[in-house]
Amino acid sequence: MDPEGTLDSVRNNTLRIGLSPNDSLVEIKGSSYQGSEVQLAKDFAQSLGAKAEFIVGGEESLVKKLEEDQVDLVVGGISSKTPWSKKVGMTRPYTQIMDEKGKKEKLVLLVPPGENAFLGELEYFLDQTQEMP
Amino acid sequence: MKPEAGTHLPEEQQQQMRRATKLEWISIGYAACTITLVALVVGNSQAMRTAWVEDMLSVLPQAAFLTAGIYVRKSRRPSHPYGYHRTMSAGHLVAGVALLAIGALLAYEAISALVKVEHPTIGTMNLFGYTIWQGWLMIAIMTMLAIPAVILGHLKIKTAKPLNNKLLYADASMAKADWQTNVASIVGVGGIAFGLWWLDGVAALVISVGIVQDGWKNTRSATVDLLDRRATSYNGKDPHPLIPELEAQLQSFGWIRDCGIRARELGQVLHVEAFIVPIAVDLTMSQIHEVQAALHETDWKAYDVVVTPVLELPDFFSQPREVMN
Repeated sequence: MDPEGTLDSVRNNTLRIGLSPNDSLVEIKGSSYQGSEVQLAKDFAQSLGAKAEFIVGGEESLVKKLEEDQVDLVVGGISSKTPWSKKVGMTRPYTQIMDEKGKKEKLVLLVPPGENAFLGELEYFLDQTQEMP
Repeated sequence: MKPEAGTHLPEEQQQQMRRATKLEWISIGYAACTITLVALVVGNSQAMRTAWVEDMLSVLPQAAFLTAGIYVRKSRRPSHPYGYHRTMSAGHLVAGVALLAIGALLAYEAISALVKVEHPTIGTMNLFGYTIWQGWLMIAIMTMLAIPAVILGHLKIKTAKPLNNKLLYADASMAKADWQTNVASIVGVGGIAFGLWWLDGVAALVISVGIVQDGWKNTRSATVDLLDRRATSYNGKDPHPLIPELEAQLQSFGWIRDCGIRARELGQVLHVEAFIVPIAVDLTMSQIHEVQAALHETDWKAYDVVVTPVLELPDFFSQPREVMN
């Protein structure tokens, strides 16, 4: 169960998604949002019967919003080695990409800290839809 | 005095020592398994992390016992006229201080997590295609690991008593109480499962307070032994049962008018000084030797026996008098 009830408040309601711009994963063109992680977040919202609401911002401000319960999920090419994992929750890596230097990087999504039912639901969704590295 | 006195344990104690050594090696092996298993699931639960560190700390007294075990076997020599028995006490002290310090650190961490209202995040694991919440795995593993340490603890207590070994005794009592740590961590993780994030911190605090208590008990007991306090039984309060036994032995000599035993602990054996006041002053060498031999043969723990004939018993045998100015 979630201490703050994130999963219950999102289900059949609204999933507030924080978007941090990132090359091909999260592309922001005016008011249209594209990219594989944007699609992933939309699909997750759909699986919960929720409509997706997007909030664009930098990683730091979005992490703050996660802590303050103003967004439910943050995407944007976040690596599994992110230092934010000390402040907020993080999924297991769901895929692997090559960074500019040709090094492998595992990608994760960020969730509010301690909202374990919500995190579990998201990881279940990733297990069902993604190929794990 | 016989030069070989007490350097070798009697057959029964040697056997118990071998058994204790074997049990301690098993304990270390078991701890290694526990530490590895828990490492796989430790995650973000403060209670689990604390329990994990406790598992690592549990190795300290065992390692101290095994290290000291190598030294106590050594014979005494001119540079070490009391032998090497005190290595047990030194090991005991080191283990105690380590427990105390790390226990306090863990308690601080638990309190600060509670104060900062840190909600522990525990995700899932993908096991054979199933998405399973890590918390359930933690609970399963902690349940599984609760029993063996307790059994080892009981077996170790059985060898600690005949060996008169306080380090082993302390280690065994800690192992016996180990299941409480597991229960506390299960309660903590169970709390997280039901959205009660603070239960994790509270459980962590309970576990770390337990570690601090163990540390305090061990440090205190080892320190007072090193301060040459009167030898005590396991509870650390009553005089060692051997003291009245040796006194009775002295009283059985008709020519002794008054007597007192001063005994301090050298690890698992005692260093015994017998003060005797003879009825007549013409004491012979053979009488003193007779007393020495009788005391030495009373028990293997009477390792080092010195007999001192005196005209009057030293002050410390009577209750200290109030000193006025």
